[in-house]
Amino acid sequence: MYAFNYKKAQSVDEAAKSLSADGEAKLLAGGQSLVASMKLRLSQPSTLVDLGRVDALRYIKVENNAVSIGAMTTHATVAASAEVKKAIPALAALAGDIGDRQVRNMGTIGGSVALNDPAADYPAACVGLGATITTTQREIAADDFFLGMYETALQPGEIITGFSFPVAKRAAYMKFKNPASRFALVGVFVAETAQGPRVAVTGAGPGVFRVKDMETALAKSFTPDAVASIKVPADNLNSDLHAQADYRAHLVTVMAKRAVEKALK
Amino acid sequence: MAVKVSMTVNGKAVSHEVEERTLLVSFIRETLGLTGTHVGCDTAQCGACTVHMDGRAIKSCNIVAMQAEGAKITTIEGVANADGTLHPMQQAFKEHHGLQCGFCTPGMVMSAIDLVKNFPNPTEEQIREQLEGNLCRCTGYHNIVKAIKAASADSSSAVVGS
Repeated sequence: MYAFNYKKAQSVDEAAKSLSADGEAKLLAGGQSLVASMKLRLSQPSTLVDLGRVDALRYIKVENNAVSIGAMTTHATVAASAEVKKAIPALAALAGDIGDRQVRNMGTIGGSVALNDPAADYPAACVGLGATITTTQREIAADDFFLGMYETALQPGEIITGFSFPVAKRAAYMKFKNPASRFALVGVFVAETAQGPRVAVTGAGPGVFRVKDMETALAKSFTPDAVASIKVPADNLNSDLHAQADYRAHLVTVMAKRAVEKALK
Repeated sequence: MAVKVSMTVNGKAVSHEVEERTLLVSFIRETLGLTGTHVGCDTAQCGACTVHMDGRAIKSCNIVAMQAEGAKITTIEGVANADGTLHPMQQAFKEHHGLQCGFCTPGMVMSAIDLVKNFPNPTEEQIREQLEGNLCRCTGYHNIVKAIKAASADSSSAVVGS
């Protein structure tokens, strides 16, 4: 790991100031991806601004038919939350299947979404449920937030503070895990929301994307059969030693079908 | 550059000057000399470095020591009783021979204690699922799962207590 300066932020404002003062500084949430990438020397921040002590960003609230989650809430906390389990069980289940238990005890929803790893689970939930992401500067709809591989709408110095997930009528997430890394080779989040069905795919492409054809079909009939014959084009999907693009495209349909099945249970 | 980091490790307050980039596992092993916590893969996959931070199992190779500032850390050296009698989970690993070469064992035990705390009386399937963050390269999972199952059924209150 390259050397860096370390700053423990006492508040979001303080963290924002530190970030603005130094363009090479990076925010540290749980660090489960950042520290790992720094160890591999893939990342070289001048300063780590640690949000670990900012307890104001650790909360879960269910009100006005939405689940609000603070950016520094760990995956383990979301997974174990009785309130989340009751309001959006698919969200708690998704959080409980990220990485492994030790990683879930450190990793945070804000860190995961800000990084926007192409195989991350949370972006699928954000887009699949039509979440709103609150930052130090504005509110951003999930549809406008994820721009591509590791790329988001966040501006320099802008910090995610929380999330609001509208409660869906029903929802489910199914992922096909890479047998070695356990990351999502393909993950599909399906939800029947107040604005109609949504289908969000992670792992398959450079970033999370929606499958409008499936959404249209599910609006007519929310059944596994409705999506069973809908294929996504393989053109822009990832090909690597774990899976070719056409196999990933195939898995999108299979996982979508299983997710609808699960949502109906 | 150096920073001062303070935390409680196995009930004892410790405070040392470290480089900012010092990993928690390096602090535990090299600064404090507690070498029961192992470094296996060093990429947050194998779980040999598992310790408890404020009562939760984490991978100490995947956080910097400064993230543990002010926290209560428990390592494998801190789980047995003061008189030397083993923690019920350690006892169960011993009785069910939940180890082969022993390298993954400290992490397995630390992870297992946290597992049983969060999943009282777990099923075999739950144990295998929740143990995903710990790898045994001897593939000795069968007896590890047996040990955890026995420890959880045997004296869950004692296991949960630590």
